[in-house]
Order: sequence, then structure tokens, then C-alpha cells
Amino acid sequence: MAVYLDHNATTPLHPEVLQAMLPLMQAMVGNPASLHRFGRLQKDAIERAREQVAALVDAHPGQVIFTSGGTESNNLVLKGIAASGSVSRIAVSKVEHMSLLQPAAQLGDDCTVDYIGVDAEGRVTAQTLQQALQPDTGLVSVMSANNETGVIQHVQQLAGITNEKGIWFHTDASQAAGKIAVSYNDWGVHAMTLSSHKLYGPPGAGALVVDKRLPLRAQLHGGAQENGLRAGTENVPAIAGFGAAAELAKKQLGERTAQALELREALEQGLAQIPSAKVFARDAERLPNTVQFGVQGFDGETLLMQLDRTGIAVSSGSACTSGKTEPSHVLEAMGVPRELALSAIRVSFGKDNTLADVSSLLQALGEIINTTSKSAVMVAANV
Amino acid sequence: MSDKHPIYLDYSATTPVDRRVAEKMCAFLTLDGVFGNPASRSHAFGWEAEAAVEEARKNVAALVGANPKEIVFTSGATESDNLAIKGVAHFYKKNGKHIVTSKTEHKAVLDTCRQLEREGYEVTYLDPEPNGLLDLKKLEAALRDDTILVSVMHVNNEIGVIQDIAEIGEICRGRKILFHVDAAQSPGKVAINLEELKVDLMSFSAHKVYGPKGIGALYVRRKPRVRLEAQMHGGGHERGMRSGTLPTHQIVGMGEAFRIAGEEMAEENERILALRSRLWDGLKDMEEVYINGDIDQRIAGNINISFNYVEGESLLMALKDLAISSGSACTSASLEPSYVLRALGRNDELAHSSIRFSIGRFTTEKDIDYTIDHVRSAVNKLRELSPLWDMYKDGIDLESIEWAAH
Repeated sequence: MAVYLDHNATTPLHPEVLQAMLPLMQAMVGNPASLHRFGRLQKDAIERAREQVAALVDAHPGQVIFTSGGTESNNLVLKGIAASGSVSRIAVSKVEHMSLLQPAAQLGDDCTVDYIGVDAEGRVTAQTLQQALQPDTGLVSVMSANNETGVIQHVQQLAGITNEKGIWFHTDASQAAGKIAVSYNDWGVHAMTLSSHKLYGPPGAGALVVDKRLPLRAQLHGGAQENGLRAGTENVPAIAGFGAAAELAKKQLGERTAQALELREALEQGLAQIPSAKVFARDAERLPNTVQFGVQGFDGETLLMQLDRTGIAVSSGSACTSGKTEPSHVLEAMGVPRELALSAIRVSFGKDNTLADVSSLLQALGEIINTTSKSAVMVAANV
Repeated sequence: MSDKHPIYLDYSATTPVDRRVAEKMCAFLTLDGVFGNPASRSHAFGWEAEAAVEEARKNVAALVGANPKEIVFTSGATESDNLAIKGVAHFYKKNGKHIVTSKTEHKAVLDTCRQLEREGYEVTYLDPEPNGLLDLKKLEAALRDDTILVSVMHVNNEIGVIQDIAEIGEICRGRKILFHVDAAQSPGKVAINLEELKVDLMSFSAHKVYGPKGIGALYVRRKPRVRLEAQMHGGGHERGMRSGTLPTHQIVGMGEAFRIAGEEMAEENERILALRSRLWDGLKDMEEVYINGDIDQRIAGNINISFNYVEGESLLMALKDLAISSGSACTSASLEPSYVLRALGRNDELAHSSIRFSIGRFTTEKDIDYTIDHVRSAVNKLRELSPLWDMYKDGIDLESIEWAAH
């Protein structure tokens, strides 16, 4: 039986979410933009989802713009603000997801991008933020929690600093929402990215929660959907699924957190017995479900393949950069030595994992490390 | 769905997901299915999802005579149109900044062109002939040395007419101008063979072909190679042309929908054409009814009719039992007369009195007969209340009247 420990890449759909989606896929049809009854039912489903998603992150439903996913939301906020012409300089953290870093790099001559560093534990601090700010900085983007290390940023504190200077603040909460308490309102941010398939909703839906004052230009043209900020027929079943998943996540946050923490604790205790294993950002506040560690002297990709052979699915870091042989930009920003970074393994638990899964992982890992060390010794002895 | 009301005759707006498609999709979502992220390279969950995506890509490509490597998945036809037009315009801007399109395109094309105009591009919007088709001589005359792209839709969403994309392709290729076709409305309804067509980019939608919403594709020709500037960045999915986690279940749904369309197209179109003929036969003896758009060069499932002296929105309200529309769904919240019909030269009154009936896979003869009865009685009732209808019956030429201003 395969053990899935890669929930930060994607989560399986919650069975209740599927039940919310099915009727919208089959029994009814209608384009939400159509005036007839079929269309209105679809429209109602979208508005209900808007309320559910808003409730998860403590925002107003009117602030939620549905998109095709987190990548589109991140693209929309950066390019949309740059296109408004009112912001000509932005600062983003070095540990952001590629869907934020790459559009930032595409902004071109009209918009300068500065990069905010992190400390050795992967945290953006008041100091590293201040260092990156320039007099003309108009937007700051710092993720709520990192997809690789799980490090949680103090968004509220950071936004407090930028708010004093009248700088817009965006946070990518794709990994945080559903795993820790997220409050758009209390954090004082102006834009927030959310993704459905990271919280047991379907892929193909995401949201950008926005302050109405934010100067934002649509990036997809051809229809007035989503307040004119996102053209295209709404993906109603996926949006409804996202809504149902958000409601469940809010309801089950406490138990999911407790369960994940128990697994994380067990894994970290086990890893402490392996001298060559080192947990990254160990002293930082991290997502309850995420542990990223390196195994000194091992190649990460080889370890992953060996684990897969024993039926354990983990990754080195982001799925979106998966298969690449460069060390993670996140670990690099933290100053992790290249060799150790290349041995990285990310374990991300989900609500269906058990302590037995942790044992399977630890056992498999122990065997791989022992065998490899022994064969290395044997090779050495033969020479 | 024959005994259910309202009767759905709005297949051009969106189609229900075929049960076979929905069943297949459900196997790619939950813990007991293939739910992995296709970008995950380090485990079987990811590989299985990737294999499903590639299988779907083959099915989509097969229906339109493309190589699977030429298919880029997007969130829908709107995104495909945006990616094709902006992607080409931005990449080839050194070669020129002129684009040719038509006035009857979908908003996804028109609004994208307007955006490019704001960025300093020049766009020529061709007028169609009164039958909705383009005069290719006029199209040719609009081409210039700095024209980089022609974008013409295959099948019009409101009036269902089919443009001669084979001939337009020849014209463009001869001038080394790229040719984009918005084919959101045509797969499964018109045969498409991209091996023969001189089309460089083609937009597809799944939810018009009994597939799910939220997924579409852009065909990007490899030989001769067409280059694009990506519009969404981060992760480099889809050969760098479109980043973002691939929604496996939706892609699988699109693949299955296209596969079914390929298998059933011939038979289905014959059946649907018979239903449309039945509908028109039941209405054509009424006074002052007109078909909008060419009747022959048109897909089987569409008929767009103007009921003169009846206000379209009132007719829609009177026909609550029918899910129909007065134009494209994307503009239906506005009470403006259809820009497509106006581009055909229809006056405001006729454009205002138009109804689009779009027939599809689950429409029955019973649905059509019910529709005929209801439309006839609703139109007659509304006309009885209409002073304009009285004047027309009295032989007064309404065009000659000068209305008093209030």
C-alpha cells in the first residue's frame, strides 16, 4: 500500500467536496452568465463558495476573485498592479514560490523588483524587510507559509511595517490556508492568494482576495466576470468544490492541526536518531504538517526514487521545480550549504496519514541509509 | 431531459458534462483515485497523473488532426484566446504591430485586441457580409506589410455560421502572417484537420463539447514553428507556455469529451440537424420571422431567429420554460442589442428581437415540439399587446415615422 506524504504538492479531494461538485457537473447545466434558471443556479453556487472561501480567511465575500488557481492569482496581482502604472517598484521575498518569483521577473522595465532576504531559519524579519524597502517601493509580497520548509512568516507584523509607509501588501497563503489560522483582516494585507487543491478541494480553482482600493488591472480579457477582473466562464464545479473544501477546512482546522503535529513530532523524533539527518528551519514556527530535512552525504533525487520503490511518496521541495537538479532557492536563501540542500526531502502530511505511515517512512529511510553506507564501506574495502 | 423543465436549448453557452465524462473525471480526484500532481516527478502518484494528462492530450489532438505536442492546456477558451493573441503580438512585435480580426468575434478576442490597442498595436475589425461570413477579398485587402496576425473564429457563437478558415489560412500563409482561429464552438460539430489547414493557433474549450468547465487548450503549430510569449509564469508547465498546476481531472474530462465527440460526431450532427429543421419548420410560416446568418454554412445545432415586433427580453421572460438566450451568454446581462447581429447590418429592432436556439446531445423531438408551441403562442401574445405590430398590420411603414422626443 502506497503512502502519500506529499500533500503540499496536492491533496486528494475530500469525499464531501466531491458530493458538492457532482450535482453542478451533471444534473444541471448553465453558463453562470446566462439569464435563465440554469444559469442562476450556477451563479448561486459561485456566490455561496465566495462566502465559504471568505469565511476561511476572515475576509468579505465581495473581496474574493476566483481564478484558475494560485499561479494565476500570483500572476494577476503582480502584473495587474504593475499594469495600473501606479506602482513602479516592488519587493518580494527570496523564498517565494515560482509562481510569484517568475511573474515578478517578467515585469520588465516599468517595474523594479527588489528581493527580501531571510534569516538562517527562513524567516523574513523586520530587519530584512526594512533593508529591501526603497523610498518608491509600492508593493511588498511575502508568503504566509513556505511550501518547502513550512516556515510561517509573521505577516501581520510585516504588513504593520509596510502599512505605516503606505505600501500595498500581498501574501501568498496557498500553503497556509487550511493548515493554520489565516486572517486577511487582522493581518492587514491588501491581497491574498489562495489555492483550492492544497486544502482538499479540486485543482483548477483558486482565488485572489483583494482590497477594493488596490489598483489592479485584469490580465485576462473577454467578459465582465469577477467584477471585470477575471474574464472567462467560471469553473463552477471547481469553485463550488473550493468553497466546500474551505468550509470543511475551517471547521476541522483544530483537529487537522493536532493530528499533523503528532505526526510531525513523531517524525522529528525519529529523524533525531539518524545522525546524518538535519531538519531545516527547525527553530522557526512551521506549518504543522511540513518537515523538510537533508541527509548529509546523500543525493536527494536518489533517496526519493528509493523511497518511491518502497511505496513512499515524498518530494524534495516544490512540485513545480521537481525534476530539476539545482538546489532549492529557498534553502539557498537560508544559507544552507549546496551539498546538504541537494539532499533535501520534504515530507508533508495530510489528514489521512497515520503514525504507521511515519514508521514506514522512518524504517525505509533507515534501511536505505544503512544499505548505502554499507555498500559504500564495501566498495571502499574492495579498493 | 425531455420531461424536465425548463428545456435546455442553450448548448452554445455551455453543455452539460456527459455522464461518461463525469464518471471518468471522478476517478482522478479522491484518495482512492489518481489524485497526484502531474508535476510531481518523485513518485508514482505524480507519474500516474502525468500519464493521464498525456492520454488526454492525445485525445484532444486526435479530434483536430494535431500532434499532441502542439496542444497546450489552459483554463479555457478565453485564456487560450488571450494567450494566442497577446502571446503572438508580444513575441513578434518587432515584425509589426497590426492585427486583423472581425467584428463578430467573441469578446475574448475583441477585448484582448482592445487591450493590445491600448498597448500601441493597431487592429482592423472587418465587417462581415449580411449573412455573417467574411468576404475574403476584403480580408486580403486589409492585410499590410506590418500585419503580424489574423484572428478569425471558426464558428460564431451567436449565429453559428462557419467561416472559411481553410481559405483564410492559405491567404495568411502566402503572406507569412500568423493565423489564429477561435474554435471554441466547433469541435465535434465541424471536422477539423490541422494537418491540412494552414492554421497556426487554435483555441478550444471543453465545456462546449460536453466536457467540464475550467479547461481549454491552445493548439500551437510546430511546423512551421510558432512562438509565443507566455502570459502566465511560474513553474514552466506546458513547455513554458502556460504555468500553473494542471487540473488532472478536468484535463481527463476534456480528453474524454473530445474522444466521444470524434466517435459520435457524424451521427450526432445528423440527428441534431433533423431537430433544427423540425424547429424551423414549426416556426417559419409565422409572419415576420427571419433567420440570422447564413443557413447553409452553419453548424447543425444553431438557429438564431428574429421575431420582428417582439422585444427579445420580453420574449425571454415569456418563455421561462425554455433555457435560451438572446445572444452570447457573456453579454446577456446587458440589454444592448447583440453586436454580432448589428455587425450583420440588422437594425436595432431586429437585433433586439432575436433568440438563439442551440440544440445539443440531449435535446429530444418532444423538447422541440414543446418549444414550437410555446414560442408561437408567446410571440402571438406579445404581438397582440404591441402597438407596433398593430401599425404594421395596418400597413404603416414604421421606418417612415418620426418619433416625438420626450
